[in-house]
Amino acid sequence: MSALTLTHARFLLLETIRVPVALIGTLFFPAAAMLFFVVPFAGDDPTAATFATASMVTFAVMTSNLFGHGVGVASDRALPWDAYTRTLPAGPGPRFAGRIIVGLVMTAASLLPVVVIAVLLTEATTTPLGLVLGAGAALVAAIPFTLMGLAVGYGLPMKAALAVAQVLFFPLAFFGGLMSSPTNPPGIVQAVAPYLPTRGAVELMWAAVSDYSPDPLPLVMLGVWTVALAGLALLAYHRDESRRFR
Amino acid sequence: MILAQMRNVTRRYGDTVALDGVDLSIRAGEVVGVLGPNGAGKSTLLKLLVGLRRPTSGTVELFGGSPLDPANRRQIGVTPQETGLVPTLRVAECIDYVARHYPDPLPRDEVLARFGLENLARRQTGSLSGGQQRRLAVALAFVGRPRLVFLDEPTTGLDVEIRHVLWDAIRAFHAEGGTVLLTSHYLDEVEALAQRVVVIDNGRVLADDTVDAVRGLVGVHRVSMAAMPLPPLPGVVAMSESDGRVHLLTPDADELVRALVRSEAPFRDLAVRPTTLEEAFLHLTSRRPTADQPLTGANA
Repeated sequence: MSALTLTHARFLLLETIRVPVALIGTLFFPAAAMLFFVVPFAGDDPTAATFATASMVTFAVMTSNLFGHGVGVASDRALPWDAYTRTLPAGPGPRFAGRIIVGLVMTAASLLPVVVIAVLLTEATTTPLGLVLGAGAALVAAIPFTLMGLAVGYGLPMKAALAVAQVLFFPLAFFGGLMSSPTNPPGIVQAVAPYLPTRGAVELMWAAVSDYSPDPLPLVMLGVWTVALAGLALLAYHRDESRRFR
Repeated sequence: MILAQMRNVTRRYGDTVALDGVDLSIRAGEVVGVLGPNGAGKSTLLKLLVGLRRPTSGTVELFGGSPLDPANRRQIGVTPQETGLVPTLRVAECIDYVARHYPDPLPRDEVLARFGLENLARRQTGSLSGGQQRRLAVALAFVGRPRLVFLDEPTTGLDVEIRHVLWDAIRAFHAEGGTVLLTSHYLDEVEALAQRVVVIDNGRVLADDTVDAVRGLVGVHRVSMAAMPLPPLPGVVAMSESDGRVHLLTPDADELVRALVRSEAPFRDLAVRPTTLEEAFLHLTSRRPTADQPLTGANA
């Protein structure tokens, strides 16, 4: 990784953490969801608490990347500073790579309170290996949602990007089964979930931290979503490039 | 030595032609002022030279290569638009950020001192006044010890004092052998800083000469009065009518008024004033103004 990439990551991170609203969105909402929905309803049951924590981790991965990149990229594109950075002797690569790194850092930051709350206030439990696998699953889950965020951020102007991210995140979470139990979800969730990227992601997470064996269909669909979102993100990126820099 | 060059460059945005067959060379050690009204193509010219846009046809060279190649941008400095600073970054952080892109940047304290920003290093740019933001924006162009600096409207809208701080910094850079391309729609700014002026309008280079030569070219007065019809008068380079008044553009207003009086043609409400730059462009282009009656050359 080049020093310039780290420079861009560092300054993008500085920009991000100095905007309190962005921090609240990333750190507060997953933690609040843990406190209000998981701790009181599933906190005492080790199995339910573990599944619910894994679901909230998936939720945090989704929201931090969808909002972080969706809104972050869209608002950067509107600022002359973004164009100015392109006159510096670096290609677009370091800034883009820096952006991805910041996305991962912010994702990790949003996971931390969820895990801390799970440890302190619930009976959720896993093995050290489960924890490592869970981190790996979070990284894998971050890929499609990073791409989704980039597609939104490069494809839409700021206000539309925010609206679309807000419209997307709740149905993705609910219908993907992040808010219901793995074994006994409502009928509609059971019918739709396998086809949503959130389901594949959360199944990976459940499998990582417990002895849950995931369904193949949602995992295949997660792969399909990742490829499709990569195409969409690439399309949006190229369209933005040709509009602003050709 | 030529640092930057455009050869027969045309740039279109959809149906709009922003630049139309422009040839331009920037030689080492020059301060070149690009002068033109809003929408003339100044910004597009700059964007092509720094690699933010590509020409529709023709070639753009920076240090002998493409401006799209980051390596060729190592010796240039560019100013972000004043409103374009990241509001949450501190002044010192902005300078550090830019400095990290260059092999041998100016020390941060020197940048701060040159632009009178010493006491603002810890301030977030969003809390700076417009003049302070502009000083920082211009300062960023010099951070990488560039050989060629591009300044887009560096002092537009600034008060006189800040304007002179920036002018002094630009002059100092030039005195050390630096090369500057600056755009402006102020004639006096170009006169104060540049040795060479490139006048562009409608995407074309209308004049590319020394400041003195261009000043002579645009040293035109506007004589207007309520009168109709007028006899033939000497030295009229363009004539237009609006609201029952006749407007004459002439390089010698005194001689024109003398001739007018001698002709004994009836007139009233005579007014003589220096042309605005805009009118000078009209004179240079002989293009037809949109609001007024068609402008006609005196010999037509």
